[in-house]
Parts: sequence; structure tokens; C-alpha cells
Amino acid sequence: MKIAIKYFASMRDSMGKSDESVDLDSNATVEDLWGKVSENSLPDNTLIAVNMEYTNIGHVLKDGDEVAFFPPVTGG
Amino acid sequence: MDVIILDSEFDPWASVAEYQNKHIPEGKHGASVTFIGSMRDFNDGVNELSTMYLDHYPGMTEKHIKDVCNDALKKWDVIDALVVHRVGYIKPNDSIVLVAVWSEHRAMAFDACRFIINDLKHRAPFWKKEANKNGERWVEGNTVDSTADVHSLEVAKSKNVI
Repeated sequence: MKIAIKYFASMRDSMGKSDESVDLDSNATVEDLWGKVSENSLPDNTLIAVNMEYTNIGHVLKDGDEVAFFPPVTGG
Repeated sequence: MDVIILDSEFDPWASVAEYQNKHIPEGKHGASVTFIGSMRDFNDGVNELSTMYLDHYPGMTEKHIKDVCNDALKKWDVIDALVVHRVGYIKPNDSIVLVAVWSEHRAMAFDACRFIINDLKHRAPFWKKEANKNGERWVEGNTVDSTADVHSLEVAKSKNVI
């Protein structure tokens, strides 16, 4: 299945890109996805969104999902 | 209810007046509460800030704020709410965010406005990068306003919002 990934703020800087697309086996989780794009463990304070809703690293993905990784927010 | 993400300067007072004239029924609200956040030229021990870049997640940012506003409208019986938030490059003294809430009585407008801005500061996907003559850095956390945060949390729990 194909998963679209977006990186924001300092996460975009550390990954060196703002987005990418990854092929994964069905029933893969966000944790599996991170393991495919990085050799490092996911920083502790990283926030995760799937299809623009906050979720956690155990979230099971579906074909066509959009996954975003970003640091704690600082708006307002 | 409206949520506006802007990449150019705005006048929050003009935004409130324009929205009220267009959307708030005459004679129905007894209170309007506004919060306006502006850029300081110092932050967290860093001085003489020259610019700030505000990153956001197009689509999720708007959706998240709309969901929070809808929660507030329902839970506090608010008449209407408006949120305007800047993105892109801004400079000291520019307005960053406006939250305006209209209701029949002041208590619900205060509580709903506080709830919206606190969620916006801690959950809405925006990120600040500050710059001065020495370089630039991503801001790692928002200033904690413990009194406001504790109050907002208590109110939200009492209203079963969270």
C-alpha cells in the first residue's frame, strides 16, 4: 500500500525533505512506517497525525493514508 | 463561525468589527470577548528578534481549529466565534492571532475564548521560527500560562469537552 508522508518545522529540517511517498505491506503501523524512512528512533516528543487527525505510533495504516510527523506545536 | 489563515498583515479590530456587522444578529449578544496575540521582540531569553516565520499544516490546521470552535460553540452555548491566525513571515508588533467570541452573557464568552486560545496554543499545528542578528531557531515550546491552562482544563472537564 502507498502512504504519503509530510514533515513539518524542525522535523522537515532533520529529514531534509518536506514530503515523500512510501510503499508498505498491508496492516503496517506508523511505527513500521518510521522504521522504513529513518534509522533513528522517533524523537520522544514527536506528534503524529494520520489523515489530519492526531494519533499514536501504533496506529494501523490503510492504503492512501497521509501521515504527518512534527514537533510540539507553538502557535498563538 | 469562521477560521481564517492569513499570510499577510491584518488588523484584528477591523476583523472583529467586520465580522460582527456581517454575521452577529443585532440585539442578540450581550458579550463579546476577544484575545489578540502579538509578536514580541524578545522571547525565552532571546532579544532583538527581527522576524518570525510561522509554519503550519495546510488543511489540518484549519480543520483542527474549526473542530475546537464547534466544540466551544456547543458546550458554552456561544452565538458565534471567529479565529484569524497569521502564517509566513511576521515582524515584532504584528498581530499573530485573533480569537473573538460572542454570547448572551460574559461568563460563557470568557470561558469559550480561553478554551479556544489555549487549545490553539497547545494543539493546533503551527510552529514558530524566530530570527535575530545571531541566526534563527525553531521555538521548542509555548510560554506556559499556568493559571489560564489550569482554568481552561477545569472548565473543559466540567463541560465534558475533554
